[in-house]
Amino acid sequence: MIPTYYYVALGAIMFAIGVIGVLVRRNVLVTFMSVEMMLNAANLVLVAFAFARQDILGQVIVFFVIVVAAAEVAVGLALLMAIFRTRQTTNVDDMTLLKG
Amino acid sequence: MELAVFAITAAVALTGAVAMVLSKNAVHSALFLLLNFSAIAVLYLLLRAPFLFAIQLIVYAGAIIVLFLFVVMLLGAERHEEGADTLGWQQPTALVMGIGLLAALLVVALGGPLGAPAGVAEGYGAPEAIARALFTDALLPFQVTAMLILAAIVGVVVLHLREQQRG
Repeated sequence: MIPTYYYVALGAIMFAIGVIGVLVRRNVLVTFMSVEMMLNAANLVLVAFAFARQDILGQVIVFFVIVVAAAEVAVGLALLMAIFRTRQTTNVDDMTLLKG
Repeated sequence: MELAVFAITAAVALTGAVAMVLSKNAVHSALFLLLNFSAIAVLYLLLRAPFLFAIQLIVYAGAIIVLFLFVVMLLGAERHEEGADTLGWQQPTALVMGIGLLAALLVVALGGPLGAPAGVAEGYGAPEAIARALFTDALLPFQVTAMLILAAIVGVVVLHLREQQRG
């Protein structure tokens, strides 16, 4: 049986890579992908803890997180397309105005 | 045996994650993210979560990655970021802070008493158990989720309607 902290360490490393991706990359789509990877790292840790405690509710939480992530991606990508229509860019450094 | 599967899958997941951040082309980033998601799905199997394995492959590896690829190709965003950074000090600072965060997370993750469970309970992780939890303990969040998805659908449609009216 694999110790739980192996999974927690893997989730921590993936989360940190996601944070670095959000902060370093300037393509807004890659930034968004990094956010998705951070969600996945947290999901992995939740499932690992659910397994360690033998509590099925941890897996139910992950199910809800995946549903919210799917809705978030749909709305977020629609927003990105709206921004691209008006500003013709996917570089976060060029998005400096709140008005369209 | 289980440890070997874990080690290989973890290596694949980390490779996908690092390559996703490093690759210049956004299409390659999306495909490396797909590799990462698939590796995590295998880890879900190791953690006795077959339902989440299927959901991960259908929703993340299927729907979300396809949506990302579609938008990347539609916007022509796959070319790499040209031009100088407007904040020169931001990227090195972000790298240092990210490594600091990783060190702090690892100290917390490896410090706790987080051994493996003594044994796997009968029927743990079976889809029936998840369904029972969803429709008893988590019934209210489950119904709120339906409202959330409806709101997301309406939001996406409204965003596109306003664009069409404007242009």
